[in-house]
Amino acid sequence: MPEVPAEVNAEIEAKGLAVTLAGRRVLRDVDISIASGEIVTIVGPNGSGKSSLLKALIGAVPVSDGAVKRRSGIRIGYVPQKLEIDATMPITAARFVGKGGETALARCGVAECAGRQLSELSGGQVQRVLLARALTAEPTLLLLDEPTQGLDQPGAADFYELIEDVRTETGAAVLMVSHDLHVVMSASDRVICLNGHVCCEGAPSVVSSAPEYRALFGFGTRGALALYQHRHDHSHHEAAE
Amino acid sequence: MLDDFYIRALLAGLGVAAATGPLGCFVVWRRMAYFGDATAHAAILGVAIALPFSISLEIGVLAAAFAMAIGVAGLSGRGLSADTLLGVAAHAGLAVGLVALALAPNRVLDVEALLFGEILAVSVADLALIWGGGALIAGLLIWRWRRLITATISAEMAWAEGVDPKREQMVLTIALALVVAVAIKVVGALLITAMLIIPAAAARPLARTPEAMAVAATAIGAGAVWAGLEFAWAADAPAGPSIVAAAVAAFALTLSIGGLIRRAR
Repeated sequence: MPEVPAEVNAEIEAKGLAVTLAGRRVLRDVDISIASGEIVTIVGPNGSGKSSLLKALIGAVPVSDGAVKRRSGIRIGYVPQKLEIDATMPITAARFVGKGGETALARCGVAECAGRQLSELSGGQVQRVLLARALTAEPTLLLLDEPTQGLDQPGAADFYELIEDVRTETGAAVLMVSHDLHVVMSASDRVICLNGHVCCEGAPSVVSSAPEYRALFGFGTRGALALYQHRHDHSHHEAAE
Repeated sequence: MLDDFYIRALLAGLGVAAATGPLGCFVVWRRMAYFGDATAHAAILGVAIALPFSISLEIGVLAAAFAMAIGVAGLSGRGLSADTLLGVAAHAGLAVGLVALALAPNRVLDVEALLFGEILAVSVADLALIWGGGALIAGLLIWRWRRLITATISAEMAWAEGVDPKREQMVLTIALALVVAVAIKVVGALLITAMLIIPAAAARPLARTPEAMAVAATAIGAGAVWAGLEFAWAADAPAGPSIVAAAVAAFALTLSIGGLIRRAR
């Protein structure tokens, strides 16, 4: 597991980030930094602001306080949670991916989908097609919003393996939001535990034994998100910076 | 050639089809049918406001349609569901517009023409407006095409690729207001949305790319204009509704063709 110094070579960095949506403060005091080539996963209960954080980083939701700093020359590839595409839009996977589509689809293991309509593909195929599109931009930072939602566990594990391969080949940094705690722990260099603010962060093994993490997700396989009763309000920094 | 009212009607209808074909695809893809209704119905209110102030009716229609489109877009996400909000706006435009028309002084206006169009009474000046406006809409859509498609597929993906989906939404809003001003004389305020949705829906089973669907929708709209006019002429039926009925026939036809193709595979 590579030790990554966070401030050196940061692809993207947020300082004191706050986001208010419809009068509700969903994020406050968020400091994060993603270094080149590292895989960082954000975990947190429903409504903890995970997706909002990704959206703030790409500028899709306004930032009410703090700032986002991008390395100059950064190229962002974004994989959304799902496509809102209406079945009335005719578009093949190859056309959707765009220039270099066939190659990118083959790289993501869905070459056979090239000529098929996007609306006919399975959930797992759609996720790989979305990743293929993100890769055609030759991103230096890949952002993925719950990319394995709706996939079964082997499917999710395959997908994370693909992400890791992509990182190794391209050197791109990866920041993703995930629900799959077990897979996250093996596939990430660093985990950020989010609940409106950064509760704790660090190497997976460190985070999984942190009291803040335990308070959020419980012990062992129990991990019941619904039972969340988090009262800690301090940060837990010893692992990260 | 332009001396013949039938030729003028045909040209006017084709001009409208050229604009509603590609724009209608976006209306279908983005589920904006009700939004189109609200914008089109606002035109009646626009006419009612323009009359007493002796503003040109086209300006009144354009301003009202635009104000409605912007207003509805701004109000959405404030407690009421978009569907409810658009329903209120669409019927408010219709009802308040008709009341205001009845109360407007000085001028007797053919309300039926406003609601269902009077394509057989299109003048050369109307033709210029229709083709000018139609070219503007088609040009706007072609210019923004890639960005519009990206924003329609996924707003977040658009943001990440440097496309502002809100700006693209505004492009479509402007195009919708323009299309109302262009099409009101041809099919009337009540049937503008029909000319947006039905040719696009009829084109769907025939197309495998967004561009093919836009072209097919334009061709089907143009065919419906021709067939509707021929029918109206032969049977002495109202022209606007006949055009829309012809488009519906095309929809039924491609729907069954699409079903046959799928079964054959």
